[in-house]
Amino acid sequence: MTLYDSKKKLALAGAVCGIVAAILAFMGNPANMAFCIACFVRDMAGSMGMHQAEVVQYARPEIVGLVLGAFIISVATKEYRSTAGSSPMIRFVLGMIIMIGSLVFLGCPLRMIIRMSAGDLNAWVALIGFILGVGTGTLMLKNGTSLGRAHETNKSSGSVLSVIMAGILLLAVCTSLLKASEAGPGSMHAPIIASLLGGLVFGAFAQKSRMCFAGGIRDVILMKNFDLLTVIGALFVVMLVFNIATSRFVLGFNTPGIIAHSEHLWNILGMYAVGFAAVLAGGCPLRQLILAGQGSSDSAVTVLGLFFGAALCHNLGLASSGTAMNAETSEIVAGAATPNGKIAVIICIIVCFVIAFTNKREAVKK
Amino acid sequence: MVEVDARGLSCPEPIMLTADALKNADGPVKVLVSEPHQKTNVEKLAKDRGKKTTVTQDGSGFVIVIE
Repeated sequence: MTLYDSKKKLALAGAVCGIVAAILAFMGNPANMAFCIACFVRDMAGSMGMHQAEVVQYARPEIVGLVLGAFIISVATKEYRSTAGSSPMIRFVLGMIIMIGSLVFLGCPLRMIIRMSAGDLNAWVALIGFILGVGTGTLMLKNGTSLGRAHETNKSSGSVLSVIMAGILLLAVCTSLLKASEAGPGSMHAPIIASLLGGLVFGAFAQKSRMCFAGGIRDVILMKNFDLLTVIGALFVVMLVFNIATSRFVLGFNTPGIIAHSEHLWNILGMYAVGFAAVLAGGCPLRQLILAGQGSSDSAVTVLGLFFGAALCHNLGLASSGTAMNAETSEIVAGAATPNGKIAVIICIIVCFVIAFTNKREAVKK
Repeated sequence: MVEVDARGLSCPEPIMLTADALKNADGPVKVLVSEPHQKTNVEKLAKDRGKKTTVTQDGSGFVIVIE
């Protein structure tokens, strides 16, 4: 079975994932976060006490489901390959960069699309940065940047992240060990079973369709190939219909409740870093989770980098604040990127260039 | 025959290397990949260029001959 051989099937996969995200948003996930990979990894990091931001701590079953969904479908369709060894520590750093850039913008590429579908113009501004970042990464690949080859490992090695994810879910369901927010975005969630099922379905369809937000734009720039962009387009359309139908579509910059800010330069630079790092790593945060599920230890290390980056963001004040409404005065309080976050994004972009210039494919090494 | 060894490389490197080889080669091109999605990508690229592919399994990987 493959969903990758025609645009219609790819659009179907994108639509299914869009419907899953819409249903989960309807059932209680935070408005327009729906299925944000960066936000949910951040929440999971919080649930394990990796950071102490009390409003964003919850072991999101969606993330568990994504990894397990990809694992199960790849084993079932003989696409599971246990591999490792393609510059793991560089991938760890790229994972950190992806998370830091995402939390300065306030969302991963998936959430950027979800926010765009809700009329949030900040996300449309950030898209410029994302496209430029993907473009820069693609240019580097064309000039010979490569993180090297992965090699086959023992079959069990590729399943470690899947097992850890299952373990986290068990701890969340059967014990009170993990932290769970009582207020804020972390307290807003769909029922566990719905979140897990949603994650499994999303993960399976994402695995079969190769859904990737960085890859979609990269393939257009590199090969004028619109296949992966079709998946994203379908997801966008489904979320747009959902947002309009449920009166969640508000066109504008200052939109309290969406958890976004209007510092355009930092939205652009945050997503620039995400796009650049994602192309160097071979996929967006969603794709990294899926690849990790289907056996790539290199992608699993990138996911660990996401967790580490999330902890840094909240422990060191790198994450931006969202525009909010003061409940008493009804005044809109503008969200903003923090000084530390701005410095971190600049460092992240520099590090991306250093990685790109210092890792060359064997044939083009000088 | 020109051979492209793209085993273990991340996307989109297998495609980029194959595209380069197709541009420069006169005869058939043999591509080695390790992942099923890379096999599909190479097949699609060959189809887009109006070429025929023959795929054989090689261990857990694939050998694609494009001509």
